[in-house]
Formats: sequence, C-alpha cells, structure tokens
Amino acid sequence: MALAQAKIDAAEARLAALSLPESTGWAQTARADALARLRAMGLPGRRDEYWKYTDPSSLTAPEAPRAALFSDPSDAPVFGEIDRLKIVFVDGIFDAEASDPLEMAGIEIERLDAAMQADIHWAKDVYGVLEARGQSPVERPLATLNTACATDGVVIRATARAEKPVNLIYLHKSESSDAILHHVVKIESGAELTVLENGPAAARFNKVMEVEVADGGAFHHIRTQGRDHERRAVTHLFARLGAESLFKSFTMTANGVMTRNEAVIEMAGDDASAHIAGAALGDGEFHHDDTVFITHDALNCESRQVFKKVLRNGATGVFQGKILVKAGAQKTDGYQISQSLLLDDDSQFYAKPELEIYADDVACSHGSTTGAIDEDALFYLRSRGVPLARAQDMLVLAFLAEAIEEIADETIADEILARLRGWLDRRHG
Amino acid sequence: MATLQETEIREGVDRETVETVQSMAGKYKHGWETEIEMEYAPKGLSEDIVRLISEKNEEPEWMTEWRLAAYRRWVQLEEPAWAMVNYPEIDFQDQYYYARPKSMQKKPKSLDEVDPKLLATYEKLGIPLKEQMILAGIEGAEEAPAEGRKVAVDAVFDSVSVGTTFQAELKKAGVIFCSISEAIREHPELVKKYLGSVVPVSDNFYATLNSAVFSDGSFVYVPPGVRCPMELSTYFRINAEQTGQFERTLIIADKGAYVSYLEGCTAPQRDVAQLHAAVVEIIVEEDAEVKYSTVQNWFPGDENGKGGIYNFVTKRADCRGDRAKVMWTQVETGSAVTWKYPSCILRGEDSQGEFYSIAITNNYQQADTGTKMVHLGKNTKSRIVSKGISAGHAQNTYRGLVSMHPKAKNSRNYTQCDSLLIGSTCGAHTVPYIEVKNNSSRVEHEATTSKVDDDQLFYCRSRGMDEEAAVALVVNGFCKEVLQALPMEFAMEAQQLVAISLEGSVG
Repeated sequence: MALAQAKIDAAEARLAALSLPESTGWAQTARADALARLRAMGLPGRRDEYWKYTDPSSLTAPEAPRAALFSDPSDAPVFGEIDRLKIVFVDGIFDAEASDPLEMAGIEIERLDAAMQADIHWAKDVYGVLEARGQSPVERPLATLNTACATDGVVIRATARAEKPVNLIYLHKSESSDAILHHVVKIESGAELTVLENGPAAARFNKVMEVEVADGGAFHHIRTQGRDHERRAVTHLFARLGAESLFKSFTMTANGVMTRNEAVIEMAGDDASAHIAGAALGDGEFHHDDTVFITHDALNCESRQVFKKVLRNGATGVFQGKILVKAGAQKTDGYQISQSLLLDDDSQFYAKPELEIYADDVACSHGSTTGAIDEDALFYLRSRGVPLARAQDMLVLAFLAEAIEEIADETIADEILARLRGWLDRRHG
Repeated sequence: MATLQETEIREGVDRETVETVQSMAGKYKHGWETEIEMEYAPKGLSEDIVRLISEKNEEPEWMTEWRLAAYRRWVQLEEPAWAMVNYPEIDFQDQYYYARPKSMQKKPKSLDEVDPKLLATYEKLGIPLKEQMILAGIEGAEEAPAEGRKVAVDAVFDSVSVGTTFQAELKKAGVIFCSISEAIREHPELVKKYLGSVVPVSDNFYATLNSAVFSDGSFVYVPPGVRCPMELSTYFRINAEQTGQFERTLIIADKGAYVSYLEGCTAPQRDVAQLHAAVVEIIVEEDAEVKYSTVQNWFPGDENGKGGIYNFVTKRADCRGDRAKVMWTQVETGSAVTWKYPSCILRGEDSQGEFYSIAITNNYQQADTGTKMVHLGKNTKSRIVSKGISAGHAQNTYRGLVSMHPKAKNSRNYTQCDSLLIGSTCGAHTVPYIEVKNNSSRVEHEATTSKVDDDQLFYCRSRGMDEEAAVALVVNGFCKEVLQALPMEFAMEAQQLVAISLEGSVG
C-alpha cells in the first residue's frame, strides 16, 4: 500500500508544480477525466514492473532537470532537402513566425487550443480517447498526465493524399524548459499523410501523439530525436488502425540522457499493417528505452517491430515489446526483432520481448540478440584492406540497415543513413 | 484412441505394440487412491505445527530453529501474483501439512518391513521398490543381465519417505542417497553446510513455506571424483486428501562427481485442488556434472478444470566450481497450475547450464514455467530449449531470464522457445527477460508461436492415421529436441505422456 501511496503522492507533487490549462466544453471533460485517472493511478516508480529497466524519477519529478543547450553548426537542418510544411515549437510553445501557414490541400491543420475551443470538433473522439484505451492492461500514467495538462499541440485531419509531409520541429532554447505537447491525427478513409518530427524539444519533453487511421488510410511517421546530450524525453504514440490501413513509424535517436518511447498500437480492422522501427545510437550517458505494445484484434493483420541499438561508453539500451493476439484474431502475422550491438564492455542492453497469444492460426515470432561486432566479419573486411575503424562502421551500418529499410521514402531513408554515418564519423574525430 | 479396442491388427504390427498403446490410452491413469490408515498433524499452520513436523522427523534443535525462522519470515510474505495463472485463493490454514501412513510410525529397518500396501502402491505405479533392475514400462526387466541399468529409488508417500533402494550398493561407491530426514539425522554436517545455500530460506513465498514445513524429500551426496554407479530416482506420490506435499531435495556433486537424477510424481484424482510446493537445491562443484530430469504428472484436474494439483516449485542449481555442468530436463504434463522455474547460477568459470522443457497444458490447465540462467563467471555457457503446447482452454507461458553480469566475459546463451497451439480457445505466451552487461558475451533468443502444421497433418492422415494419432506424432516431432535429452527410461514414458495429455484436444 505504501508503494501505491508513493505513486499518488508523486502525481500530486507533479501536478502542484504545473499550472493546469483552463478549458471549456469537450476539452474540459477530456482533461478532467484524465486528471481523475491520473490521481487514481499515480505516477510510475522504480518498483513498477513496466519500469524495471528504466528509472522514471527524472521524468516524473516536479521540476525538469536542467539540460545544457547544444548546437552543432556543421549539422545540416533535419529534413532540409524535403518539401514540407513546417510547424515549429520552441521549448514546447508554438512559434507562428517560424512556422508555415497551417494550410495544405488535402488536410486540415489547427492548433490544439483552437480545436479545444470549438463546440463540436472531430478531435473530441480521439483526444485522450486512444490514450485511455492504451491504459489497459498496462498503465501509462505519463501519457495521462499529458492528456490532462498538455499546453500545446496540433490537430491534423487528412481527407485525401497530402501533397507534402507535415514537419513538427521542436527547438530547445531554455535550459530548464519542461514541455508537454499533445497532437491528434486522423487519417480518413483512403487518405495518406506523412508526419516528420525532429528536434530535442526541451530540457524535458512529454509528448503524446494519437493517430486514428480509418479504413484504407495510410500514415507514415519518421522522427529524429535531437542530439542534445542532456535532454530527456518520454513520448507516447497511440494508434488505432482500421481495415486495410497502413501505419509506419521510424525513429532515430542519437544521444539524449533519457528517452522512453512508447508505441501502443491497436489493430482494430481486418487486413491492416503496422510497422514500427527504431535505430538508437548511444554514447556515454545515454539511456534509451523502446516500449512497444501491439494488439491484434482483427483478422489477417500484419505487424512488424524492428529495433536496433548501437551502444558504447556505458550507454544503456532497453527494449520491451509485446505482441498480444486476442482470441479470434486469426491469420495474424506478428514479427518482432530487437538487437543491440555493444561496442565496448561498459554498455548494457536489457530486453523483454513478449508474446501473448489467444488464437491458434497465427504465425508470431520474436528474436533478440546482443553481442559485440562479429570478429569474423571484421577480419574478413580487414583482410580485404579496409582499415579497422572503417570496417567497424560498415558493420554497424549493416547492422542498422534492417531498421532503416522500414522507411518507405528513399530521400528520407538516405538522409537518416547520412545522419547515422555522421554520428559514427564524429566518434572518430 | 477410443477406437483402439476395435482396431483390427494390421499385418506387420505386432500385438504387443497394440497392447502397449492400449495400456497407455485412457484418461489420467494414476488417479486411483490407496486406502491406507494415515496419521495427520492437525489442520492448519502455526509454530506448533512446524515444531510437530520437526519432532516427528526426530530433528535436532538447530533444524527446528531453522524451520521456525522460515515460518516467521513466511508469515510476513505476500503470495506472488505476477505469474499468468489464475486460481482461487488458497486457504493455507485449510490444509494438512503432515500426513504419514500409520505403518510408518516405526521406521522400517529395511524394505522387507514396509507395509505391503505401500509397496503395492508403487508397484501399481510401475515403480517396484524391490531391488531389481528396472526399465520403466518394459516387462521382464527382472531377468535382465546383471550388468543392465540399475536405478536406485527413494519413494516418498505424502509426507514421508517409504524407502530407498540400493542404499548398500551406493554406499560402497561412497554415494549417500537417502531421505532428507535421515540425512538431517545421519549427516548433519553436510545438511548444515548446504541446505538453504542455493535457495535461501527467504527466497520466495513458496520456498519459505517449504523451508518451514517440508516433511521429507531426497538427499544425494556424491563424493569427489565419483561417478554415481546408477541413476538415482525419487518418486513422489500424494495420496491423502487436503494434504499439501512439501518435499525438499538436496543434491551435492562434489569435485569431479557425476550423477543423473530422475524425479516422477503422481496423485489421485480428486475434486478439490491440492497444494504441492517443493524446493530442489543442487550444488555442483568443480568439474562435476548433474543431470536432473523430471516427468511431472500430477493430477491435472478434470476436463472442466475441477481439482488438480497446484504445483509451486523452486528449483535451482549452483555451479560453484569451474567447469561445473548442470542439465535440467522437464516434461510437464500434469498439475492444474504450474509455477516453476528451474534455474542455473553459473558462478564457476567455464560452467554450463542447460534447460530442456516440454510443457503441455490441456483442458483448463495453466502453466507458467521457464528458467533463469544467471551468468556470473567467465566463459559460461547456457542453452534453453522450451516447447510449450497448449490445447483446450489451457494457458501456457514461458517465462525466463538470461542475465550476463559484467564479469561474465565471453559467455554464451542460446534460447529457443516454441509454442504450439491446438484449438482456438487456448493461449500461449512468452515472457523472456534478457539482461546483458558486457560486450564479449553473446545472447540469442528466438521464439515462435504457431499451430500444428496442416501439411504435416494432411500427410499423416493420408497415410491412414486418425487425427489424434497424427497430432500426437506431429507434436512428438515438435518436442523431439527435448525428448532426446531425457534418459531412456523417461523418454519412453514422456513420449506416451505427450500423446495422452493431448487426448480429446482435437476434433
């Protein structure tokens, strides 16, 4: 009981340090509901099974730990080569001047605030709704906190094939910023949208994105999480997929002292496909946690999880992935792989790849491997005259390739590859 | 299988084969009960009961204190709830913690003095306690040549050990094989040194309970350099109603020793669930090797999930010395609820741990089982092969841990967990934990879940097999890697068990 009370006390302390946003109408109801749920469950603690390998204390503390600003002038702007609609947030606050006008053929975009002021809005059926559905069987109180207290965000509805990607850019300009953003995306039947995200966002960043994909819709998501060494982030991606829909998400994380990326995906319609992938590069003070929960609740769906981590100088990688196949979700094809490459003896990897299956006509598999660079492969390359450092890099990139292949757009995949290469090159500098 | 009676014998199939198959068919075949006068300790659990058990076993003072300390600890512990098993709350006060046949009040000096009813019980189970060659399931083994395989048996009936065979011959080799109560009296120095050193008294809820109330079990000590001349075996039988069995097994393989140990268990068929909470501790010193094989066939409950044994077991082996080796093999077909994780602590350099498991659940059975491989020493190796088969309304979970500590350089683990689902109302789950804290080690984990392959079934059926036989054959193929790891006596029994456990799960 003492443990439960400590969690509730932590939630109250966190709430006391926040100024709760004022809302009216449907938004007020959604936020009040989230607040009540949060107060009942409290914030996670180290003893929680779901936080076995990641200490949540810096993510739940009332004050955000300071994070030094970071900039690398040699770094080309992320997604700079891509024609996109830019929406900029500085330390979690929308920057109208730096952003493009919120207009594009095929989609409707507005700020969360504007949507919340409308008496009737489609976002009512998504905001906090997917998040609440994602609370069972495992609680995700940091996402509930977000629903209750998010200060900004965008709501996007795609009604056709969007002409270009929407790029959410998160700039970090204050050492003590504590940002809470909540985005809502709805892909209507037959529509298609790509959302790009990049940047460190804040000293501490709590972000939720809820994505509802209607029958036959397609959603692509690619993000890079910013190279700031001291930033902390906890992100939740909740998605519900309709029949014959497509969902693809890829995340590249390089550096960051603490990152927890959760993805909670519900396959609600038949013949849907969900792919979620990640490539994480960690050096030194780096803790990266990918937590994925995919629920198959329809016939003939496919899901694929590919997570790769390269760790060195005492970096820590965590993967918790689960495929839940509900009774009746026959013909499910579930695949999950989590691999890590430990470049030295101080780095650590923890994995908990789970399967929970209640239907018999399924093919589900998971694999997890951990180890150093393959000595034989290294020897082969060196015997061909490739210098050691270069040979190592080649093998690291080859190791990451399976995750990068999950990016459908070739230009973006090339850029991600270049960034991974840049990370490796800087290590030699 | 019901049609076997009418099956006409095809050419080339000899009658004996048919009869063997016939004898193996049918429902749970160990469900009968021996009517024998029993002596019980009063129902419930308290310090007095713990003292009483200790007194009945004529234990020295230090042992009584050890038990009481465990009891006091247990009172403060909460029953764990993390396993994927559901069962009605157990009333720990509504159990008998001690039951022994009246005839065992005076310890028989030799097997000749043992109550014939008890001997008959084991005879009926196929475990003859006469000192003779036994090769399970094969008749005429008595006439086998003298150099044939021998198996020494320790038979435990409810709370007490009925007798141990071949003790004299083992003594000649220096091997001590007796009941744990006898070891506490006769070899206190060994028991004191090792008991609770692998599974500490406070390890977990059920192990602590066991430490307080264990009544009997087996004790094995193999001295340095000795290869145990025969297989050792313990056969556990729960007979009395509302009685928990809490056995404690302690196996010590001293430097360079080798022993292979088999464990079997059955219980009568009853409507009310019964509790079984055992602890097995294995100490493996330098260059020693221990093989531990289990065929667990406790009563699984009926088709509607009524009755059965709740099996909460803590098994752990500690490879203390360099190059120590331990191998767990288990075939889990019985019990209504299984909660069991035979583990290996790989402390010594170059030590090895292996875990081979088949867990079959049918009807309303639930199993949450797996292993822990804790790599502490350099160059340690472990291998896990787990096959879970789920049918009916059963739930089958593999739960395991592979941990590579920073000092366990150049260690290896390979894990393979496969699950097979038969029918659309059962579940199969995999919950592995992988922790790697150095980079010279390699850890590989693979898991698959699928249903019985239609093509394979079709092939078998086109060869004239009925559906059940075809499924049994495919499942046996699925389990092959584990079945091969079993000693011969068990492999045959296990193979037949696989078929029986799945009976009624198709069609």
